[in-house]
Amino acid sequence: MIRKIALSAALAVVATSGAALAAGGGHREITDVAFAHEGPFGKFDQFQLQRGLQVYTEVCSACHGLKYVPIRTLADEGGPQLPEDQVRAYAEQFTVTDAETGEDRAGLPTDHFPASAMEGAPDLSLMTKARAGFSGPYGTGMSQLFNGMGGAEYMYSLLTHYEENPECAPDGIDGFYYNTSFDKGAIPETCKDEHGVSTIPGSWIAMPEPLADDLVTYADGTPATKSQMAEDVSSFLMWAAEPKLMDRREAGFKAVIFLTILASLLYLTNKRIWAGVKGKKA
Amino acid sequence: MAGIPHDHYEPKTGGEKWLHKRLPIVGLMYDTIMIPTPKNLNWMWIWGIVLTFCLALQIITGIVLVMHYTPHVDYAFASVEHIMRNVNGGYMIRYLHQNGASLFFVAVYLHIFRGLYYGSYKAPREVTWIIGMLIYLLMMATAFMGYVLPWGQMSFWGATVITGLFGAIPGVGEAIQTWLLGGPAVDNATLNRFFSLHYLLPFVIAGLVAVHIWAFHTTGNNNPTGVEVRRGSKEEAARDTVPFWPYYVIKDLFALAVILAVFFAIVGFMPNYLGHPDNYIEANPLATPAHIVPEWYFLPFYAILRAFTADVWVVIAAEWITFGIIDAKFFGVLAMFGAIAVMALAPWLDTSTVRSGRYRPMMKWWFALLVVDFMVLMWVGAMPAEEPYATISLIASAYWFAYFLVILPLMGVIEKPLPQPATIEDDFNAHYGKGSGGSGGNAIAQPAE
Repeated sequence: MIRKIALSAALAVVATSGAALAAGGGHREITDVAFAHEGPFGKFDQFQLQRGLQVYTEVCSACHGLKYVPIRTLADEGGPQLPEDQVRAYAEQFTVTDAETGEDRAGLPTDHFPASAMEGAPDLSLMTKARAGFSGPYGTGMSQLFNGMGGAEYMYSLLTHYEENPECAPDGIDGFYYNTSFDKGAIPETCKDEHGVSTIPGSWIAMPEPLADDLVTYADGTPATKSQMAEDVSSFLMWAAEPKLMDRREAGFKAVIFLTILASLLYLTNKRIWAGVKGKKA
Repeated sequence: MAGIPHDHYEPKTGGEKWLHKRLPIVGLMYDTIMIPTPKNLNWMWIWGIVLTFCLALQIITGIVLVMHYTPHVDYAFASVEHIMRNVNGGYMIRYLHQNGASLFFVAVYLHIFRGLYYGSYKAPREVTWIIGMLIYLLMMATAFMGYVLPWGQMSFWGATVITGLFGAIPGVGEAIQTWLLGGPAVDNATLNRFFSLHYLLPFVIAGLVAVHIWAFHTTGNNNPTGVEVRRGSKEEAARDTVPFWPYYVIKDLFALAVILAVFFAIVGFMPNYLGHPDNYIEANPLATPAHIVPEWYFLPFYAILRAFTADVWVVIAAEWITFGIIDAKFFGVLAMFGAIAVMALAPWLDTSTVRSGRYRPMMKWWFALLVVDFMVLMWVGAMPAEEPYATISLIASAYWFAYFLVILPLMGVIEKPLPQPATIEDDFNAHYGKGSGGSGGNAIAQPAE
C-alpha cells in the first residue's frame, strides 16, 4: 500500500511538472516495423521473443516490472517456448516472499515476474496494448488496420527515437530527455506556437535512452544493434501483453469458416422454404 | 394470443391433454412460435433476433466471467488479466463479452431507427415502443457499469465523469451522487455496487424483453407498408401472413450467421479496435487521462451533453428564467436525458395518419437527415471540446430535438402522403409475384406505388 502511494506520488509529481510546463497536444513519430506477429496469420518468432526476453532481463527489468505475467508462460507454445529447466532456472534468480508462509524463498515458475523495481517506472505487462495504434488518424484507428501499426511499433519507436534537444529548446528540460515518439511528456513554452500547440514532434521523457549498440550479447550470434534489440524487446512485450494472440486468431478464423458454411446452408434453406410463398414477378 | 386469427394448439394424446389442462405451456410456446407474421418483412426486421442472441451471449459469457473475476479495487484489474492469461479460453470469453456489448448496441440502434422509419411506434404499438425504450435505457446503464468493472483508467474516470452528472442536479445532486457511489468518490464501494447491478440488470432486461415480445405479439408485427394485417377471418389473415416458424426463424438465423461471421472476425483479429487503450492501464485516482472518452455507443448522447455550454442563448435564457437553478451543467444533463425522452414520446409527437416512411415523401428526407445527424453526433462526441466541434455538436443536437419536437408534429399536417397498398398481400405480390403454393390467394399482382 505504501508502495502504491509512493508510486502515485511519483506519478503525480511527473504529472504536475508536466502541467506546469503545460503539455500541449503534440504529435509524434512512429516508425512502422514489419513484425512477425503482424497480419491476420502472423506468428510470434520464438527466437526473437527469446532475444527480447534477454534484453528485457538485462536492461528493462532494472527499473520496470511485468507483474501480470506468470514466469511459467515462458514455456508456453506460441511464446518464447523456453525448455522447462531453463524456465525453472530463470525463476530461481528472483527472491519472492511466499504468500502463505510469509518467508522469502527462491522464485518458482508459478510466480509472476517481479513488479517495477523503481518507483514511477510503469509496469510493462500491458504497455504495448495501452499505447498507440488503436486511435489514429482522427480517432478512426485506420493506421492499425492498414499499416498493422500497433503498440509494438510504439515501443520500438520510443526506444529508438531519442534525439538531441531541438533548436527551440537547446537546453531541454533538466532531468528529462527529448524523444520524438513520446507525446505524453512536458514541452517547454519556447517549442509552442501562439495557440499553445507544439511545433516539434514528441516531448520530454523521464527515462534516459536505455539501449546502445552491443549492450547485450545474443547467444544465437545475432548482431545486437540498437534497432535489433528494440525490435526484439518490442516483440517480446507484445507477447507479454497478448500471449494468446495466435490462439485467438485461430479461434476467430475457425469460427468465421464455420459461420460462413452455416450461413450458406441457411441461405439455401431459406430460399427453398420461401420458394413456395414467393412466385415469379409478373 | 389475441390479435390475428390463426390455428391454435390442440392437445392430441392423453398426456398432452393432461398437461394442457393443468399448465398450457405447450400451447403458449406453439402460439408464440407459430404467430402469423406479415409476409413482406424486409431485412431490417432481423435485428430482434440479433438482439435476443446478444442478450443470451452477454448473460452466458458474463456468468462464466464472474466465476473468475474479483470485484475489489486491489484485485479487479489483476483478475481480468488472470482471465486473459490463465483461464481456459478466458481470452475468448472476455473478448466476446467486451465486443458483444458493441454488437448489442449496433443492433439496438438499427432496430430503433427501423422503428422510427416504418412508424412501428405508432398506435397501436406505443406500449411496445415504450418498453423498448426502457430496455434501451437499462442496456445503457448495464453497459456503463460493466465498463467500470475491469478497473482500468477509462473505467475509473468514465465512472467519475458520468456519476458527476447526477451531481449537477440542483440541491439534492451531491447527495444523490454520494448515494450512487457509496462514498465521496469512485472507490471500492462503487465497484461492488456496480458489479451487483451489472449482474442484476440483464435479468430485468430479459423480463422486459418478454413483455416487449408479448406486446407486439398482441398487436401483431408492423411491416414495411405499415398496412395492418387483415383480421376478418383466418383465411384473410393467412393471405397477408406466414407463420413465424419456419419462414422467419430460418431467415433470421441466416442473417444472424452472417452478422456473427463479421463479429467473430472482429473478436478474433481486432478485439481491441472498439475499445480505448487507456483501459489497459490500471485505475489511478491521481492521474487523469488527457481525453476521457466514453465507449462509441454513448458518443451521440455524450455530444448532446457537452453541446449546451454556458455561452449558448437557450442555456443563458434557462438560467435567467429559473434564477440560476438550471446552470449549463444541469442543462446538459437535462438535454442528454431529454434526447432519449423525445424519442420515447415519438408515438404522440407524430401526427401523420400514415405509418410507414415508404409512403411519406417529406418524412423520408428528414429521417435520412436524422440518421446523418446521429452519425455526426457520434463523431463529434469523440472529438475534444473545442471549435469547430462545439458548434457542430450544437447544430447537430438542435436538429435531434427539432426532428422530434417540430418536424414530426408539423409533417403530419403539411405532408401529402403517397397512396398505400390496400393489403400486405398486394405489396408482397407486387414485389415477388403470386406464390405457387403457400397460403394461396386470389389477388392478382399489381403495382403498389
